[in-house]
Amino acid sequence: MEPTPSPQPVKITYREALKQGIREALQTDERVFLMGEDVGRYGGSFAVTKGLLQEFGEDRIMDVPLSESGFVGAGIGAALNGLRPIVEIMTVNFSLLAMDQIVNNAATLYHMSGGQLRVPLVIRVSCGIGRQLAAQHSHSWEPLFAHIAGLKVLSAGTHEDARHMLRLALQEPDPVILFEYTFLMNREEAVGTQQEVVDIVRASVRRAGTDLTLITYGAGVYKCLEAAAALATQTGIQAEVVDLRSLRPLDTATILASVRKTHRALLVEEAWGSVNVSSEVVSRIVEGAFYELDAPIGRLAGVEVPIPYPRHLEEACLPQVGDIVTMAKKMLGKYDRV
Amino acid sequence: MIEFKMPSLGADMEAGTLAEWLVKPGDHVTRGDIIAVVDTQKGLIEIEVFDDGVIDRLVLEENQKVPVGTTMALIREPAGAAVKPAAIAAPPAATGPAGPSRQPAVQLGLPAAGKATPLARRLAAEAGIDLAGVLGTGPEGVINKEDVEREIRQRSGEGPKEVAAGAESIRAAVAAAMAKSNREIPHYYLETTVDLSRALAWLSQTNSERPVKERLLLVVLYIKALAKSLRQVPDLNAYWEKGLVRQQEINIGFAISLRTGGVLIPAIREADTKSLDELMGVLNELIPRARSLRLRSSELSKSTITMTNLGEGQVEKVFGVIYPPQVAILGFGGYSSRPWAENGMLGIRPAATITLAGDHRATDGTTGSRLLMAIREYLQKPEDL
Repeated sequence: MEPTPSPQPVKITYREALKQGIREALQTDERVFLMGEDVGRYGGSFAVTKGLLQEFGEDRIMDVPLSESGFVGAGIGAALNGLRPIVEIMTVNFSLLAMDQIVNNAATLYHMSGGQLRVPLVIRVSCGIGRQLAAQHSHSWEPLFAHIAGLKVLSAGTHEDARHMLRLALQEPDPVILFEYTFLMNREEAVGTQQEVVDIVRASVRRAGTDLTLITYGAGVYKCLEAAAALATQTGIQAEVVDLRSLRPLDTATILASVRKTHRALLVEEAWGSVNVSSEVVSRIVEGAFYELDAPIGRLAGVEVPIPYPRHLEEACLPQVGDIVTMAKKMLGKYDRV
Repeated sequence: MIEFKMPSLGADMEAGTLAEWLVKPGDHVTRGDIIAVVDTQKGLIEIEVFDDGVIDRLVLEENQKVPVGTTMALIREPAGAAVKPAAIAAPPAATGPAGPSRQPAVQLGLPAAGKATPLARRLAAEAGIDLAGVLGTGPEGVINKEDVEREIRQRSGEGPKEVAAGAESIRAAVAAAMAKSNREIPHYYLETTVDLSRALAWLSQTNSERPVKERLLLVVLYIKALAKSLRQVPDLNAYWEKGLVRQQEINIGFAISLRTGGVLIPAIREADTKSLDELMGVLNELIPRARSLRLRSSELSKSTITMTNLGEGQVEKVFGVIYPPQVAILGFGGYSSRPWAENGMLGIRPAATITLAGDHRATDGTTGSRLLMAIREYLQKPEDL
């Protein structure tokens, strides 16, 4: 049974937050079921779904064969027929095998049927870099999905969203890709029982500031929050942190409101720099707030190489807290000494 | 129009605070005039102008802190000095050989002044301000929102009332330079003891014929001997900038301790070309100015080597820490009577120990040894100095 909601936020792991979100969805709507590789007997390759098979049974927690194209297609079929499937793709690397189903079927049917068919499908995808899994298992491919019209693409960069985003995604009538971050699984953070942001297409200001806006999502959110804290103590720079949350559609209004306030924007994401989410955000800032800019827009992104295996090279490939701090100071023309 | 910029008063200086303007728009200035006082870690420094002309506009307000290279004032060139428009279009051969060769600094065009951010341009347009006259303090001198807002405040007559940081940061500057030196420079040390009987005898003879005000001190012999020796060993009159870079002028940095703590090292420019009397004159003028923290910018940044002199009654030896990017520092210990063996005889002579600390990246002990030996030689013939 679900524990009694506590008014105080409790500290839980990202893994536990995801699990509570899935359990709640299964408990509150009997049309919801989970399917994916190893989600049942094995308990999930990242142990997110441990115990759910015993609690909800084989009809609701479904192990599937190793065929991404096949089981994503089955999920689309179930959604078309009135169910609310949650399909888990073990890692974003394998999602490419299901790309045809996602792009050519899930994303298009509503339009091609003249509005007669809807695909209320949620695909959970583990994503991210930073666990020394080398070039074939370390990716930040959110931009590939954010490009596709007909999808909604969400990114759970905080425990709050790991806990509550799934419920909101399941309310959508159209296919949603929900990115989760494997390197956060064991991190503990406080999570409230109620999601404060009710609309999934809203970006969230995670920290308010006046001097520059750090715009990020997913793996960049905690890094930007740490960088903002360091900037405040080291230099007094007050950085605002905007977590995009929804990569498609983008919440342009929140982005522009923040830039109009701080007049400086620094984009931070782990995906490769060329043609990533930041590219689009920069365009929108220039289109919508050009005359508010008081410095060139800054970007920090993944180095454009296949992700290396050794830890120090892997770290060097990604924007780190120190890089964000340095770049922010540079953009503000801060001089440490007389 | 010539831009007068915040000068660099040392390799470690990134920014300075304008403490005081000594000129106003319309004033005529000539090269070498002191036109401003700037507060840095090294104290209040008088800043010279390097061009002739008329002050057109003071763009920087007093008590404002800006990075090195920021425009502080605009100077109109004197009539006739400006390059004629026709000369620009003419082929290089047509330029008269006798024409002025000095290029003015960056010309300030009216609309295409410094770069400005979109926000700064909008605010300036709304306030009816021409950006050509606005000082940019953003990264790379870009005019940003703050600059335009300052300009607006300035025009409405409410300048900022901040107080300059004061001059107590000399200790911090010394600390930073010495820590950097000790961290980066592999020092080698040499010493030699010099018989001063001839030098002191010559001094006492010379001074006895002079009025008190014109008397010489032993230290000017040291300065001149060092300067002349450096001509023979030019590798020690150099900077280390990823390699040894010999310096043309021999500018001896003369360490002056401040009573409040800390050390200032003004340069005695081209000491090898100055007579002993001229050197004495320089010292008499320099030391009180240093102690009241009113040195000129060029005096603090031009030294090519440093010497420290302890004088009579002090310890025998002083081993210096090199002031980067220089490659050597000389230490003249206090002189005293010492037992002295010469020609198989033992006697008592006034003597001083001179040390040299050298940057082993730049030179070796042999080089340092040659310099010390040369100084010793010169001090035996004071009349030739």
